[in-house]
Amino acid sequence: MISLLFNSVATPFWKWQRCGKYNLWTPNHPLSFLTISAVARKKMARVLVGVKRVIDYAVKVRVKPEKNGVVTQGVKHSMNPFDEIAVEEAVKMKEKKLASEVIAVSVGPTQSQEVIRTALAMGADRGVHVEVPAAEYDLLQPIHVSKILAKLALDEKADLVILGKQAIDDDANQTAQMTAAVLDWPQGTFCNKVEKTDAGLTIAREIDGGLETIKTKLPAVLSADLRLNTPRYATLPNIMKAKKKPLKKVTPKDLGVDTTPRIEIISVEDPPVRQAGAVVADVDALVAKLKAGGHI
Amino acid sequence: MLKLNSYGTRKLILDISKTRFYSAAVPKRKPESETRKEPKKENESFMANIFRGNLVSKQVFPYPDVLTLEQKETTDSMLDPFQRFFSDVNNAARNDENSVIDDKTLDALWELGGMAIQVPSEYGGLGMNNTQYARLCQIVGANDLGLGITLGAHQSIGFKGILLYGTPEQKAKYLPKVASEQVYAAFALTEPSSGSDANSIRSRAVKTADNKYYILNGSKIWISNGGLADVMTVFAQTEQIDQKTGEKKDKVTAFIVERSFGGVTNGAPEKKMGIKASNTAEVYFEDVKIPIENVLGKEGEGFKVAVNILNSGRFGMGATLSGTMKKCIEIATAHANNRTQFGQKIKEFGTIQEKLVNMNILQYATESMAFMISQNMDSGSQDYHLETAISKVYASECAWYVADEAIQILGGMGFMKETGLERIMRDLRIFRIFEGTNEVLRLFVALSGVQYAGNHLKELQRALKNPSANLGFIFKEASRRATSRIGLGGVDLSAFVVPELQESAKKAASCIDLFGRTTEEVLMKYNKNIINEQIVLNHLANSAIDIYAMIATLSRSTRAAKLNLPTAEHELNLTKALANQATERVFQHLRKATSPQLQSENKLLSTIAKKICEQDGVHSTGVIDLN
Repeated sequence: MISLLFNSVATPFWKWQRCGKYNLWTPNHPLSFLTISAVARKKMARVLVGVKRVIDYAVKVRVKPEKNGVVTQGVKHSMNPFDEIAVEEAVKMKEKKLASEVIAVSVGPTQSQEVIRTALAMGADRGVHVEVPAAEYDLLQPIHVSKILAKLALDEKADLVILGKQAIDDDANQTAQMTAAVLDWPQGTFCNKVEKTDAGLTIAREIDGGLETIKTKLPAVLSADLRLNTPRYATLPNIMKAKKKPLKKVTPKDLGVDTTPRIEIISVEDPPVRQAGAVVADVDALVAKLKAGGHI
Repeated sequence: MLKLNSYGTRKLILDISKTRFYSAAVPKRKPESETRKEPKKENESFMANIFRGNLVSKQVFPYPDVLTLEQKETTDSMLDPFQRFFSDVNNAARNDENSVIDDKTLDALWELGGMAIQVPSEYGGLGMNNTQYARLCQIVGANDLGLGITLGAHQSIGFKGILLYGTPEQKAKYLPKVASEQVYAAFALTEPSSGSDANSIRSRAVKTADNKYYILNGSKIWISNGGLADVMTVFAQTEQIDQKTGEKKDKVTAFIVERSFGGVTNGAPEKKMGIKASNTAEVYFEDVKIPIENVLGKEGEGFKVAVNILNSGRFGMGATLSGTMKKCIEIATAHANNRTQFGQKIKEFGTIQEKLVNMNILQYATESMAFMISQNMDSGSQDYHLETAISKVYASECAWYVADEAIQILGGMGFMKETGLERIMRDLRIFRIFEGTNEVLRLFVALSGVQYAGNHLKELQRALKNPSANLGFIFKEASRRATSRIGLGGVDLSAFVVPELQESAKKAASCIDLFGRTTEEVLMKYNKNIINEQIVLNHLANSAIDIYAMIATLSRSTRAAKLNLPTAEHELNLTKALANQATERVFQHLRKATSPQLQSENKLLSTIAKKICEQDGVHSTGVIDLN
């Protein structure tokens, strides 16, 4: 009710129109649907965004000679591109006054702080770094990360968790789904468009056949897909301001999450070099060759 | 010296006899009251002291490491976004093609915060120091020099005067505007009749009767951002009355001029060979009313303001060009690795290898110099003028060579627009000309150094007049010369470098020794007339430049080795290669400077030059022409 009055002061009365589900004469403010439902007024969402530090997409990845991983020393790293889209969506929500606060989280060794700072420079309000030593980090899996994110979401009283759909280093595409499951929250994965409504969220998601529209309530977990938005560039002054934003450090133990490895890396190898093909005379020869090679 | 006919008809007059150069190099006999009583502080400049054959190592060994970890991290976090602007938003080829940077790109650049890197944060800038600025300049240089000049003309010289000499009121009024409100700045010194000879400018500013305004009249040419700028640092002659003698004299004063003062107009953008994206225009001032609060620095001290602004921005060029060279080397190396001719990748051929190595040595030396200087400046040193001049000359000439060789390695492909190298080459040409032509800067380096050495010799002269009181001093000087002449004593760099570089260090040390001796010889031979012996001075300057390059690389690679950097071995190799080449050149130059044949050779050159000018060009009879 108070917000109704506020709005009515903000817009001259000759610009009022019939709108809102109560069919009242009110200023046609884009967010008036929010103020109309002042009685059942939703508080603005607190958004938790997960960001991962990965090898930059433009770098040619090389396997270590010991064959137990890839070369990361001295290699350019940056924020996972889908996570950038997730941060952008959260910051956009804050700018539209749909979100009150954006918290950026990263799980990893000390260098992960770089991507948290980037998220802060893009507009996040504060950061949380869940510190995991480098050796343990190599064996950390989405099952662990999802539990960490779930605990943080509850601790920070988040209404919305937005993650990138997958990381470009492991291509797991599991963390968002697992996090939702741990929290028992609805999930909207591969988001192409997210709209906030009275009831919760209306999401368009990318599926093989096209776009599927679903509706969820809040709180929820979302995973961002490529066409959700175009992430903004962090400006240099914002990078400097980001240094002053708070960055909390915790460990998985503090959150009560067990990060014991569940896998063992046996070997990491280059994909096999593509073999030369062979030209065959006709279809029969082709079928014979395929049969001989055990392919059919 | 090339002069433009004052009516702007572009008739070039080659006039050696009336040569003038940076007046800073030759201090005129100033009355006592004018010279500031400067405290007798030791000149810490490494270069100035080698003119005396002395090693003052504070600024060069060990290689400076001035930034705090936090500053390094901050700079690191900016590199990526800055580079992304150039890869994703800016289009250097399009800027060059259209001879303009489109508004969308300029808006993005302003928003990025790239126009006020060194402005303190309370005025809306990034508050970065010289070294951090240099690091960002490298990215600019590697991507788009035309845009780089727009950036540089704005912040490196355009409003630098306000940063260095502005009153708190001037800073509060103008810095926020030029930092974030899309107000461009420019540096307006050059005039049709006044290029290298900055003191001879003709624009005049006359004080009004009520002492509240200056009325400015004049015209400036080739002003970068001249068509865009709303805030300009303008230099004009003003009548100054000497306090003591009451004598009226014309002296240059610096002003902050706003376009909104009225009377400021500019010409169309000049069509240039390179840096086409940057706006260069003539600026005309007609009865422009400047409030007296807009005088920058003190009245009559404008020349010093100009020189210091240019000096303080010069280090940026070295850094920018080291980035450009890196880019050229990348393109050339990629080609050498992939191109097959005569059954081999061309990287296997010695000729190509030699080119690539030379390019890399020069890039390494330029980068080492640039960051040594910027860090010296950041640690508070005031004695860097020789070094910045050297770094500008070296960087501009090396960059030209590197771009040229890169095109050569690519062959026909290098000549094509789509490779991008031809644009870089065209952009690079101006760097040998503006901000002090390389010729003038060489003379400046040589004369400043020689003057510094000369002062010391004067002290020796004075001491010799009263030997009993100065026995210790005389003894020291005498023994130093004696031991130096027989190859003992002299400069010793062995303590400053790692074992692998001992030999190179010895070479560099012998260069410094010979340099000091040559300077003395030359001073004693020519005395005050050294001013007119440009050919000798050039030999000295070229040696000085090579010596500084050697020292900078020795210092930097020593640091790399001590820190066990993964590239240490490569850097040591580059240093050794440079030392070999540079030592040879230095000895050659210094021998020529004191050669007995020098005078006769000079006479010959003079005769030939006179004839050329007399005959307005080539003066030889065509081989088959009918006589």
